[in-house]
Amino acid sequence: MVDLKSVPADRAGAGAGFADTEARAQWRTVARRFVRHKAAVAGMALFAVLLLFAFAGPLLWTASLDAGGDAKIAPGGVHPFGTDRIGRDMLAQVISGTRFSLQIALVVAVVATVAGVVLGALAGYLRGLVDAGISRLIDLLLCVPNLVITAVLARSTFTLAPSVQNQSNWLTVALIIALFTSWFPIARTIRGLTLSLREKEFVEAARALGAPTSRIVFRHILPNTVDVIIVNATVTVAQAVLLESALSFVNLGVHRPEASLGLLINENKNELATLPWLFWFPFVFIVLISLSVNFMGDGLRDAFDPRQRKVRA
Amino acid sequence: MLQYVIRRVFIAIPLLIVASILTFALTTAMGDPLADWKLLKARTPAEISSEYHRIGWDRSPPERYLDWAGGFVTGDWKTTIIPGNGTQDVRSEIGRALGVTLQLVIFSEVIALLLGMAVGALGAVRQYSFFDYAATGAAFFMFSMPLFCVAVILKFAGIQLNNWLENIGLGRWIVTSGPPRDGFSGGLGHILYTYSGAFILPVLSLVAIQFALYSRFQRASLLDTLNADYVRTARAKGLTPARVVVRHALRTGLIPVVTVFALDLGILFGGAIITETVFGWRGMGALIVDAITKKEPWMVQSWMMVTAIVIVLFTLLADIVYAYLDPRIRLG
Repeated sequence: MVDLKSVPADRAGAGAGFADTEARAQWRTVARRFVRHKAAVAGMALFAVLLLFAFAGPLLWTASLDAGGDAKIAPGGVHPFGTDRIGRDMLAQVISGTRFSLQIALVVAVVATVAGVVLGALAGYLRGLVDAGISRLIDLLLCVPNLVITAVLARSTFTLAPSVQNQSNWLTVALIIALFTSWFPIARTIRGLTLSLREKEFVEAARALGAPTSRIVFRHILPNTVDVIIVNATVTVAQAVLLESALSFVNLGVHRPEASLGLLINENKNELATLPWLFWFPFVFIVLISLSVNFMGDGLRDAFDPRQRKVRA
Repeated sequence: MLQYVIRRVFIAIPLLIVASILTFALTTAMGDPLADWKLLKARTPAEISSEYHRIGWDRSPPERYLDWAGGFVTGDWKTTIIPGNGTQDVRSEIGRALGVTLQLVIFSEVIALLLGMAVGALGAVRQYSFFDYAATGAAFFMFSMPLFCVAVILKFAGIQLNNWLENIGLGRWIVTSGPPRDGFSGGLGHILYTYSGAFILPVLSLVAIQFALYSRFQRASLLDTLNADYVRTARAKGLTPARVVVRHALRTGLIPVVTVFALDLGILFGGAIITETVFGWRGMGALIVDAITKKEPWMVQSWMMVTAIVIVLFTLLADIVYAYLDPRIRLG
């Protein structure tokens, strides 16, 4: 693929322009395709706004997270998102809920991607016993619904009676989601790709030169799967947000004082008729997070592999 | 074909044995079953050790596993053991709940599959049409929706509908307390009325999530086959477009959908957890949430094992159907 660096205005310039035509780096091609994908760019902008909202929000909106104000105030004025049954400011709640949901999702995405990529690549490259072990482990864990696996494991991080144990369990919940559900799809995909890449000539050449397994896997095979890794990591963020919120919804995920968006919805699910804003605000933010991430993932997929493109760029 | 089936069954048995060990490890990782009981009020050491002895937690995990596994195979699935929960028989409780959930799951799965296949196939045949874009957009939106929000919103809508029906003098139609208790009594109209009122909301919310997946899958797989050479040949022979799509392309395009069907059973069981919680069904979903919350080890353990068996069975069934549809697999 070539790049016409500039479109020359006159004939004389045209010749000069073509003379220094140069190859365009792959990442630039990808970036260009991504930027042309309107939904993807919108998704990325939205995600950036959500990150700002969650992490810089507390600096701008300093209302207390605790109860104490007037209860059940409709949105507007001093409380843009209203207040809940015991007088907590809902905007502050939603900001902190979004932050916990995003923190969990980002930790899950990083941990699951690393675990999935390493294990998938090892299974695909080494084959034999390693492959059988990893693949069967995934088969096994798929026999139990992932919501149940994570709920059972997360149960040990809190007690029903209030205790210090219930504090700061969001990281544990994130790690459980990452290590017991989210890496399977990534590992499977990378395994499949590695199986086909390991037979390629450049891998054979590296092996003939005496490169150790780690070098072949990390320097020769994995760089060729970067596109799939990035797309999968994006999708994992969306799935982690949904899984975590489902966990919190049945009260088996994070616990107060760390309220995620799912927990906010769980606390307010019966108020839909009387205090509707308590449900709709957290709901809209969950949907916004997963929509923006899904759009980004879709755009990245199209940018890396234009053959699958659904939207004409 | 028979040989293929036998081979698959023999692979499933060791898988289930390892699954039982894995689920036991998960249950053990759930933590001390008496943790909450001990926090409730101060207990004397003698009280505590006698309680641990009563529930059998003074033995090592391998002993407990063998004890449970022996019982599970011979039909004694133990009871609930946490003090203050009463003693419910695990086996009869799971049996009852499984019946409730299977009604819901199978019904939803069939509707989602049919709807998804129809929408996906239409989207593939009319690629890039308005319908295709609308279906793609809807599927995309459904992917980003948490199931419990869909369920909560549907429940709210159901209550509004009930109020409206009552106002115009028709009584409350939507019921959110599980399947009708009185079974198939009364006239056909009455049965339809009670069953539709109980099933419509939970089924709708499960369908909403699953259908998006199936329609995407069916669309992609039919697009693949529509571009295949043999479909071009069929067209070149002068067959009608409908016949080409239905008889030549769709048949092959169905194969991948059959496999997701079984794989998704796990997702649906997970989904049932949410829908049952929201709509007040006392099925497998409500049972496991309750058991995990109370840390009932035998209930959790047997629940996971039964689910694993159901999922393995359906995967087996899907493999067999797959092999029947695609000779390359059973002969390869």
